[in-house]
Amino acid sequence: MTGAQFEQNPGGPLLPKEGHVSRGRLERVLRSGKFAVTAELAPPDSAMADDVYERARMFDGYVDGMNATDGSGAHCHMSSVAMCALLTNVGYSPVLQISCRDKNRIAIQGDVLGAAALGVSNVLCLSGDGVQVGDHPEAKPVFDLDSMSLLETIRIMRDEARFLSGRPITTPPEMFLGAAENPSAPPFDMRPHRLAKKIAAGAQFIQTQYVFDIEHLRQFMARSRDLGLLEKVFILPGVGPLASARTALWIRNNVPGIHIPDAIIKRLEGASEPKQEGRRICVELIQQISEIEGVSGVHIMAYRQEEAVGEIVQQSGVLDGRVPWYPGCELQSNSA
Amino acid sequence: MYKFRQWSVTNSRRLEAVYRKFEPLLIRLHPLFKLLGYGRLEKPVRIVEKAVKGLMFDCQMCGKCALSSTGMSCPMNCPKSIRNGPCGGVRMDGHCEVIPQMRCVWVEAWRGSQQMRDNQAIQQVQIPVNNLLKGSSSWLRVVRHEYAAHEGERIQ
Repeated sequence: MTGAQFEQNPGGPLLPKEGHVSRGRLERVLRSGKFAVTAELAPPDSAMADDVYERARMFDGYVDGMNATDGSGAHCHMSSVAMCALLTNVGYSPVLQISCRDKNRIAIQGDVLGAAALGVSNVLCLSGDGVQVGDHPEAKPVFDLDSMSLLETIRIMRDEARFLSGRPITTPPEMFLGAAENPSAPPFDMRPHRLAKKIAAGAQFIQTQYVFDIEHLRQFMARSRDLGLLEKVFILPGVGPLASARTALWIRNNVPGIHIPDAIIKRLEGASEPKQEGRRICVELIQQISEIEGVSGVHIMAYRQEEAVGEIVQQSGVLDGRVPWYPGCELQSNSA
Repeated sequence: MYKFRQWSVTNSRRLEAVYRKFEPLLIRLHPLFKLLGYGRLEKPVRIVEKAVKGLMFDCQMCGKCALSSTGMSCPMNCPKSIRNGPCGGVRMDGHCEVIPQMRCVWVEAWRGSQQMRDNQAIQQVQIPVNNLLKGSSSWLRVVRHEYAAHEGERIQ
């Protein structure tokens, strides 16, 4: 993507494109068939815009989109809408995350309109972690909608230009709709069917939970192919570097939904530099994942190792020399 | 009760058959219900429904019963009230991420649904709960809805 496609300033929307629902860069990269890379951007615990930009800059030239998490792990941080607005202002292509845990349908629909007005083009619909894992376990869990009905709600807002109540929306939000899935959580037989359900509800791209067990993903993808789903959705499996065997064990025992096979833990245990080994494992996983039929990209969640994302992407070779757009990249010579 | 709830999922096919007989029976009672007045019936029917379904399914009286589409596992027992589950946090042993001692309501729903004659109902996207219906009888609503479809009556 070049700066010429911007109308006025880097924060302005791209020109509309035939067959696209959004004016965002992520949808363009995916629809053009290029292998896409997205990364999770941890929101700061501060009211300082520069804290957001500083974190985003670490991904410059390596990612096509960054997810601004919405109170992930049920912890309080800067809001996803605000982060996405800040990032959009300078031309980044953030993915707004909406968790159903903290807001009801009135607040959520308002946020979607607001975010779209601020230029946000992508949204990831999540149910959200339970409040019990967070820093405010005494909070009231809302869960008015679930990830599925949230998808359907935004699809209705976008395609039918109305709220859930039926009241009309004068300018509908142009949003590229995303959802999550977890190929490594029971009931395994149901997961591909649930993917079908999410597609029916409006999902156009999928970012999965961490995949450490490649066999789980292979089976999930094969069954999704059998159901004819792979042509209907862009799938970006989730990956991330593990810092040590101890961290891996802690995650496996304490974070529900993340399955780490013994073989990976053994490899980390035997390594002289576990942090480097964790990153190597991540690179290998990305390479293996990129070979699987129907995979459109990867989603990197490098919690507390954000600085490693560039190196991981580079070593994996999945971008094949392509340099995703970033603010100021026009000044460099080889941006694509 | 948790034990009864699990029994109901295990026997989902049998319960499906029972409900298939029960529903037309209820619908046939429409003239009687109409005569007595739906408004007047709401409270006693609600009490019976709550007692029966509470015992068998830990029913939360959401007012929009989805048991036929959820393998006889009530989705309102999910701590995240997910009507289109399961979430991604299900533990490897099939238990809930929020309440580790409880089996995931949706792992159970899948188990129940796959035994039922209509094993495709679980694939339908469930719309969000209408909180105005909370605490009201789902049975009476089914009857009224059925008749409204036939007679073009206004649904309340």
